[in-house]
Amino acid sequence: MDEVVLSAGDTAWVLASSALVLLMTPGLAFFYGGMVRAKSALNMMMMSIITIGVVSILWVIYGFKIAFGYEADSPWYGSFSTSGLGDVVNELANNGGVYPIPLLAFAVFQLMFAIITPALISGAIADRTKFFSWAIFVAIWVTVVYFPVAHWVFAFGNKVGDTVTGAGYLASQGVQDFAGGTAVHINAGAAGLALAIVLGKRIGWQKSPMRPHSLPLVLLGASLLWFGWFGFNAGSALAANGIAALAFINTQVATGGAVIGWILTEKFRDGHPTTLGAASGAVAGLVAITPACAFVEPWAAAVIGILAGIACALAVGLKYKLGYDDSLDVVGVHLVGGIVGSLAIGFFGTSKILGLDGLFYGGGVELLGKQALGVALVMGYSFVMTLIIGFLIEKTIGFRVKSESELVGVDQAEHAESAYELGGVLKGGR
Amino acid sequence: MKLITAIIKPGKFDDVKNALRAAGVKGMTVSEVSGVGRQGGHIEVYRGAEYPIDLIGKIKLEILAENKDVDSVINTIVKAASTGSIGDGKVWATPVDNVVRVRTGEKGEAAI
Repeated sequence: MDEVVLSAGDTAWVLASSALVLLMTPGLAFFYGGMVRAKSALNMMMMSIITIGVVSILWVIYGFKIAFGYEADSPWYGSFSTSGLGDVVNELANNGGVYPIPLLAFAVFQLMFAIITPALISGAIADRTKFFSWAIFVAIWVTVVYFPVAHWVFAFGNKVGDTVTGAGYLASQGVQDFAGGTAVHINAGAAGLALAIVLGKRIGWQKSPMRPHSLPLVLLGASLLWFGWFGFNAGSALAANGIAALAFINTQVATGGAVIGWILTEKFRDGHPTTLGAASGAVAGLVAITPACAFVEPWAAAVIGILAGIACALAVGLKYKLGYDDSLDVVGVHLVGGIVGSLAIGFFGTSKILGLDGLFYGGGVELLGKQALGVALVMGYSFVMTLIIGFLIEKTIGFRVKSESELVGVDQAEHAESAYELGGVLKGGR
Repeated sequence: MKLITAIIKPGKFDDVKNALRAAGVKGMTVSEVSGVGRQGGHIEVYRGAEYPIDLIGKIKLEILAENKDVDSVINTIVKAASTGSIGDGKVWATPVDNVVRVRTGEKGEAAI
C-alpha cells in the first residue's frame, strides 16, 4: 500500500470546518436565548456555553477514546483509556482507512460535534434548570450517551491493510449518517423529550404567555447555525473534494427549501408567515439534510428540505396535545427533522455518489431498513439513558429550581445577573 | 385648576404635542402605559401557538391647566389625537386642590 502523505488542503478545510462547527454552539445560544422570556435569557445561553467548557475537557481526558478508540475492538465503545492526544502529533487520522489529515485535526473536528449535541438538549428545559445540575448532567450524558453513540455511528475502525479493528455497530451495519442525523439530532431530540418529562412543565405553561423575548436574536442565532453548518456537513467529508462540495450545496438547497416549507405551512394553518417560523424552518432543514448531505442529489436535497420544513412545523404542535413542556421544540425540530433526514436516505440515496441505492433508485427497502435500525437504536438508547440520568440528578442534587426562583427568573436566582437593564430612573438606568 | 389626563395612540403623540405647543401649553408629563379598552387586544402566533395580547401600549399625557383653559386644551388634544378608528383613547379632567412650584414656593394658579 502506498503511504498516505498529509494534504495541506484537506487539513486546512477540516481545521476551518472545526472552527465553523464550534461557532454553531454560541449560535445556538442566541437561537435559544432569544426564544425564552427576558428573565431567563442568560441561563439559556449559559447552558450552551458551559457545555463547551465541560465537553472540551472530557474529550481530551477520555472522550475521544470512548468514541474513536479501536483498542477494545468493540462495536459499542472505543476504549477506556486516556486520550493521550499529546503523543500523536505526527499521526494521520484513520477512520475506516487513512485520511491525509492529522489525527488531531480529526479529533478537534469531532469534539465540536460532541459539544453541540448536549447543548441542543437544553432547549427542552428552558426557564427552570439549575445551572450546576445541568453541568453535571452534560458530563454524565456525554460519557454514557454521546461518546458511545458517536462510536456506533461515526467510528469506521482502524484499518491497516484489509483488517479493520473497532468499527462501531451502526457504521459496520451500513447505516448511513454522513454528519450526524442519528448521533447528533435524534440523540439530542430523544434526550430532550426525556428531560422535559423529568423536569416537568413550567409554572403557568399553556396558561400564561411565554413569548420569545427577542426574535432578532433568534434570527441571528439561526443565521450563525446556518453558516457554521457548512463546516458540520461539508467538513464531514474530512477532505476538500467533490463530496464536500456536494454536501455544501445540498445543505444550502435543503435549508432554503425548509424555510419555504415551514412558512407555507404557517400561512395556510395560522394565516401569517412568521420570523420565528423562517428561523425554525432553516434549522429543521439543516437538521434533516445532515445525515443525507453526501448521499443524495441536490434535487432530492430540495425535496428533503421542503418535507422537513412541513413535518417539523406540524410536529411542534404535538407537545400541546401530549402535554409535555419541550419548551423550545427540541423534539419537534431535532428528533423529527433527524428522523425525516435519516429515513429519507432510504428513499433518495444513490450509488451514483456514495453508498447504496434507495427505494427511488431501484435499491429496494434494504437501505431503508438499515436507516430505520439506526433511528430506532439511537432514539431508544438515548431516551432511556437520559431518563435514568435525569431522574438520578433530580433525586440527588435536584435538577429544577425552586418555584420562587422560577417566578423571579433563573437569571437572577442562578447567575445573579439580568440580561437587560429594563428599568428607568429608579433602577439606575440613567 | 384641573389635571387633564389623556390616553392616546403612540403614533399620534407628536401631533398632539405639537398642537399643544402651538396652543400655548407650556408643560406636560408623558409616560408610556399599557391598558385595555373597547379596542381589545390582538393575537400573536409563535410556532403555531396562539398568545392573546390583552394590553396595548398607549401614551399618557398629564397637563395642569387653569379652569379657563381646560376646554380648549381638551379640544386641542381630541382634535390632534383623532384618527376616527377604535382605540383613539380618552381625555378627562379632574379637580386639583393646590399646586406648588418647588423652586419658588409659588402656589395655586401662579404655579402652573
